[in-house]
Amino acid sequence: MTARALVSVVPGAREDRWREVRRHARLFARSAASLAGLAVVALFLVVSALGPWIVPYPEDGRGAVHLDRKLQPPSAAHWFGTDEVGNDVYTRVILGARVSLQIGLVITVIAALVGVPLGIVAGYVGGSLGELIMRVTDVFLSVPALILALAVVGALGPGIVNAMLALSLVWWPGYVRLVQSKALALRQETFVEAARAVGTGRLRVVFVHILPNCVSPIVVKASMDMGTAILAAAGLGFIGLGAQPPFPEWGAMISHGRNYLPTWWWYSAFPGLAIYLTVLGFNLVGDGLRDLLDPRSRGS
Amino acid sequence: MLFGLLCLTFAISHVVPGDPARLAAGPDANPAMVETIRTKYGLDQPLVVQFARYVRGLGVGDLGESLRSRNAVRDDLARYFPHTFELVALALLLAVAVGVPLGMLSAVHKDTWIDHWARVVSVSGVALPAFWLGLMLQLVVALSLGWLPLGGRLGLTATPPAPITHLLLVDALLRGEWRTLGDALRHAVLPVVTLCLPALASIMRVNRAEMLETLQQDYIKTARAQGFSGFRIVTRYALRNAMIPTLAMIGLRYGWMLGGTVLVETVFDWPGIGLYAVSAALSSDFQPIMGVTLLIGLNFMLANLLVDLAYGWLDPRIRRPSAT
Repeated sequence: MTARALVSVVPGAREDRWREVRRHARLFARSAASLAGLAVVALFLVVSALGPWIVPYPEDGRGAVHLDRKLQPPSAAHWFGTDEVGNDVYTRVILGARVSLQIGLVITVIAALVGVPLGIVAGYVGGSLGELIMRVTDVFLSVPALILALAVVGALGPGIVNAMLALSLVWWPGYVRLVQSKALALRQETFVEAARAVGTGRLRVVFVHILPNCVSPIVVKASMDMGTAILAAAGLGFIGLGAQPPFPEWGAMISHGRNYLPTWWWYSAFPGLAIYLTVLGFNLVGDGLRDLLDPRSRGS
Repeated sequence: MLFGLLCLTFAISHVVPGDPARLAAGPDANPAMVETIRTKYGLDQPLVVQFARYVRGLGVGDLGESLRSRNAVRDDLARYFPHTFELVALALLLAVAVGVPLGMLSAVHKDTWIDHWARVVSVSGVALPAFWLGLMLQLVVALSLGWLPLGGRLGLTATPPAPITHLLLVDALLRGEWRTLGDALRHAVLPVVTLCLPALASIMRVNRAEMLETLQQDYIKTARAQGFSGFRIVTRYALRNAMIPTLAMIGLRYGWMLGGTVLVETVFDWPGIGLYAVSAALSSDFQPIMGVTLLIGLNFMLANLLVDLAYGWLDPRIRRPSAT
């Protein structure tokens, strides 16, 4: 009988689980930093969802031209000022949130979808296939992600889709490492050995015993990665290999605003502040989740 | 490992879509010219043959040539890498010199204002986009206050010292050209600060966490009971043990910093391999990018080797496994 089957026959197991979730929520809420992070992330998600409906000048997101109001300082009409073709910077920053959310989600989800199965194979199944997976992973990890992504975008050509593709291609090895070490440790655990001893199939052991126990570190890493992936994509946008104008992407906006420093500082200052707050929010949430779900790995 | 790295760079440059011969020939070239270039660079050969040629070339130090400038990539890297190395080395030194004591202070004075501020630095450091921080530092420190130069390595009036080590700061020091040294240092401040902040933040963070754990250990309590001074306990006994994970982070950060130079060098117009890689990537010039990737990968492997050696120096149990 597997652990899942046992849980289903023990009365009150579901309530216990619910109590556990509430206990975790209380612990999370006790940390001011985690709550602040959660607030920032929530704001970011709301802004991403409602962006096109709440911005004052929706047409500016598509690169409209209003030369009569170009490079105006922040004011009541234009909170973050305007850029060199008269687009409202506030509008573009708000619309950029959705772009960043998409970038972060795509990269993180692809990386996890590729990395987690490979990590399980390498850690739980092992053998020469596992060895091969780890060698390839090590090679990828021996070059900083940004450089590798730069090389891939250099080969594919600049653009937001290629930038996302390149970052996804280089992002998965972190998950392989994480899941492999976890799966390797779990393989030795008594409950996994017991499940194997009673003849549970390999696939079932993976889905019922290994995977659920890997979820916590994966969630923590994914939360952190949302921030880091947004940062990396903005970096590619900044050097001109990511999103191309007039697409409202934060990194590309900073890159253009750079030519208008120092007089028209608002053009590059506000998109940068948006990146900083978003990444900070995801990192704080990730930190909070780690303290809660995976306290032993704190600080690493 | 090295072989894997070679396969990876080769795969990126040869397997991905895009036609290097077409790019090299330029937009106005006719098909015959493209074919000539294809044959000249061996791009019409089977992939296995191309790979063998690539590896053989690397064996004799041939990294190919830039399709744009026709310069040998090896010469370009030799010219640009010393600048990047100086930048990264200074940034890493600063990150360790500030990050380790700050992490230690933060752990010893846990939950005081020192700890709170140190943690603000550590959380912000990894979240700030380096390129944006660089621009804002330029805006405030260079443009508004005029305290430091905006970018580049030397002012227009300064002449670089005759090369000895090819490291500008070291050469200026060795030749006793103090004015050039001062100028170069002033130019280095902002890029070094920008590049070091994320590393500083994570080094501080790891060191704090490890110190907190180490300070709970029995042998520290014993040392306290025996009347050793708090300073001696922290620096002599606790720090040494907390340094092992911190060292791993330092090694990791060295590699990440090499990646970060791509952004920081672009902002500060620092003539290193980061800026070189960016300009190559923007014009789809493969060989320089592959050269940079390979060089950075090698550096990273070397750094990890040094970290492993340093482990042994810090922890005798690793040095003599049989003694445990």
